[in-house]
Amino acid sequence: MKLFLSNADYLRNFEAFLRSFDPAKPSELSIATHKKWINVHPVVLSIVAALAHTVHPSKVTISDVTATSGHYLARMGLFESLGKKSPFKISEHESAGRFIPLTQIRTQKEQTNFITDMIPLLHMNPQQADAIKYMVGELVRNVLEHSRSKYGAFVAAQYYAKTNIVRLGICDTGIGIRQSINQSWPAKTHLKAIKLALTPGITGTTTREGGTEANAGAGLFFIKSMAMVARDYLVIYSGSGLYKLTKRKRTKGLPHLRINPNQDKHSETDKAPIFPGTVVGIDISLEKTNEFTALLAVIREAYTRAVKERRKQHYQQPRFI
Amino acid sequence: MTITIRKAAGTFAENKDVAREIRIKKIMPAIAKDREIILDFTDVTGATQSFIHALISDAIRQNRVKAFDLLLYKNCSPIVKEIITTVTEYMQES
Repeated sequence: MKLFLSNADYLRNFEAFLRSFDPAKPSELSIATHKKWINVHPVVLSIVAALAHTVHPSKVTISDVTATSGHYLARMGLFESLGKKSPFKISEHESAGRFIPLTQIRTQKEQTNFITDMIPLLHMNPQQADAIKYMVGELVRNVLEHSRSKYGAFVAAQYYAKTNIVRLGICDTGIGIRQSINQSWPAKTHLKAIKLALTPGITGTTTREGGTEANAGAGLFFIKSMAMVARDYLVIYSGSGLYKLTKRKRTKGLPHLRINPNQDKHSETDKAPIFPGTVVGIDISLEKTNEFTALLAVIREAYTRAVKERRKQHYQQPRFI
Repeated sequence: MTITIRKAAGTFAENKDVAREIRIKKIMPAIAKDREIILDFTDVTGATQSFIHALISDAIRQNRVKAFDLLLYKNCSPIVKEIITTVTEYMQES
């Protein structure tokens, strides 16, 4: 497998990053980096770490990091996660940045500890923290419950104080969304599976409306809705499928949430390089999430409407003669 | 019976295993005996929808009106209230 860490690996340019991803030879991982400047979204780092764990350490190579910003990779724990010695020294007295270095989460206990520890690390106030905790809680639990990955979830995050945005990346090398959803709902392609997973009330654990006692099929719909309301980017990549929520136009008040992911402003492909697992990358604008309760009320209305409409599809119809 | 959610699940309730345990060991047996249960969310700032679903959805699915009569939610933050309302609403539509 081959990857290139460029100077513009944001979610907006995620397709460009994917063009550098070659999944051939899955028993090897070769990482190249931009010579002058590296600027990567935490989700890219989570992808690198997740893939590296599927390969023998001796088969993981990273080119000499010559970019001055390569120091960032060390601070985010990339070399450590690759089992490599970092070419950069981090001073003990260096002030803590607003970031969460790459973290592997394999159990619920590790998830809980991570959520508790991450907010102080990001230097956020408690109000800002609710939305982030919510997203991490839902997305990491998805990995632990559905991915069947023995390596768990790889998570990284960075808070940008100037723009008041948190960039979050979560990746696993499990069975992928299509295999998970296909347990209960037919999805011929990886992209269709992603869209099913985004649909309220759809979970791979059952065909029953309202889900099981443990799963409602609501998690990704909530996350997508939060990104929609905040006009943020959201990327979901699994197998050959990629769904990217793009920025919608600014409107007054909270938007009307759509149940069908096809109707949201997005880009998509089912021809991405095959990724062995699932990737979720999201940018969360904290200004909007200050109204988290109001946001949840809008999501509630949309979710309940979706369940009601789907239930109606199964209503018996009267026979008129 | 009062169940202190903060004690079981911390100030941000996201541990579905804890929710499941409370449901199986406390909520369902209490409802079966027609006993009132108070879920005390004092000092719980937030919860995931998944946690609340794992906590109460099955009680509602299996017991309907009785679950609404016997389950009481105490000292909920606006976020927790909103999420509980979401789960109770969509479970009634299912």
